[in-house]
Amino acid sequence: MKRYSAFAIAREAFRQHSGWARAWASPEPRNHYDIVIVGAGGHGLATAYYLGKRFGLTNIAVIEKGWLGGGNTGRNTTIIRSNYLQDPSAALYEKSRALYETLSQDLNYNIMFSPRGVMMLAQTEAEKRGYLRTERANALQGVDTRFIQPSEVQRLVPIINIHGPRYPVLGALWQERAGTARHDAVAWGLARACSAMGMHVIEQCAVTGVESANGAVSAVNTTRGRITCGKLGIVVAGHSGALADMAGFRLPIESVALQALVSEPIKPCMDVVVMANTVHGYLSQSDKGEMVIGGGADGFNNYTQRGSWHHVEETVRALVETFPMLSRLKMLRQWGGIVDMTGDRSPILSKTPLENCFINCGWGTGGFKATPGSGWAMAELMAKGHSPLTDAFSLNRFREGRFIDESVAAGVAH
Amino acid sequence: MLALTCPCCGVTAEETEFAPGGEAHLTRSGPGSSDSAYEAYMFQRKNPRGVHFERWRHAYGCGKWFIAARDTMTLEVFGTYPAQTTEPPAEIVRTIRAHRPDWTPAQEGAA
Repeated sequence: MKRYSAFAIAREAFRQHSGWARAWASPEPRNHYDIVIVGAGGHGLATAYYLGKRFGLTNIAVIEKGWLGGGNTGRNTTIIRSNYLQDPSAALYEKSRALYETLSQDLNYNIMFSPRGVMMLAQTEAEKRGYLRTERANALQGVDTRFIQPSEVQRLVPIINIHGPRYPVLGALWQERAGTARHDAVAWGLARACSAMGMHVIEQCAVTGVESANGAVSAVNTTRGRITCGKLGIVVAGHSGALADMAGFRLPIESVALQALVSEPIKPCMDVVVMANTVHGYLSQSDKGEMVIGGGADGFNNYTQRGSWHHVEETVRALVETFPMLSRLKMLRQWGGIVDMTGDRSPILSKTPLENCFINCGWGTGGFKATPGSGWAMAELMAKGHSPLTDAFSLNRFREGRFIDESVAAGVAH
Repeated sequence: MLALTCPCCGVTAEETEFAPGGEAHLTRSGPGSSDSAYEAYMFQRKNPRGVHFERWRHAYGCGKWFIAARDTMTLEVFGTYPAQTTEPPAEIVRTIRAHRPDWTPAQEGAA
């Protein structure tokens, strides 16, 4: 792998940029790998990356049904934060946020991490009490958040109307070190780093079946042939149920469409991320100037990757009240992604009933922020059999009633 | 946007008039059942890609529960029927088979 640097740009400038190599290779799949990861989204690639970086395991294939980062990795609203309520969540998400800070340097790939600050608006008394509670929990967990007053919200976000008739702004939970990153770049940078370590990233390769012998996974059948493997990691977000079905177990997961939309690009007007959970909307401005708006999830199972029109209407209607200037904007694009929802709105990083088969799913509406942390922890789980970061997130927690209830802390936006 | 017909009052309306209630035809487990059966009943779901049976309530209408058979990949609705049954009626199964020849009701075994 040729390193990217200022010197490399200067060198290429003198030869019409003819020397840039492909960022990652597209090899033909081999018959066997020590570890196969299904799903080349952010989490799958991060799992492979940390298996190589932390544990020196590189005989790994990451196989992907579509194209790299074309699922939820390329469909989210790129928010990174770690202001969760429960201790296991805070540990995992804070680890992830911390890894994001140096991920560009680690990968030698600019992921455009922008710690611009994330603000979660309190627009009802109940929400205000909830965020005061989260602020105190975060203080004990070592996560840097504070509750700010409406005047400070107005100072940080000049375009906000804090005196809305239905939902006035009563304050906000403010995490200054949270922010956004370029979602595609996270997938591309991880794929490049994995490829450089000798791993195979194989696109256009759908899994059609999982084979087992003596209760342990032995191979996966794919559209590009049978691949035997020592260990299997399933990291496929919304389609986890289908993969689990092939592996012979069921998950406490239901898949729904979550959608987002962006406006036409405008001049810079808001340099923080604002989440308004009461009205199911969140807003940030991209580097291109588009206002990026995340909306609500469908209430019923579906795999359509488009979302329902009335959720767009609800989200925009509510946001216009809090941000009156949005009423003059045209919306450019709308899209949906399939999110895997668990009952307690916390992820599953776990062994499965099938020996040597591991699953990482259930991130629901908030997986992007967890990408490096999820990979870090999942790699440890797959290499060593357990990880202090994943132990609380096992599949058994449903059977045993040890929920990590984040639905209260998260509302819908996540 | 789904358009559903309530089999209880006969009204056809958009999905905003109804409230989704999750997977239908679950086998209830209660006191005395095994941990596995209870876990399956409480949490584990088929979450199919394709034909799905789902509970809905006509929340802004007659208020009654009913069941819709639809495809989660295409949002096509095959039909709706009252909730007082433990398996899809034969007429619904025929309609689904006409549209999805590969599908068999055997796949819909009790959860």
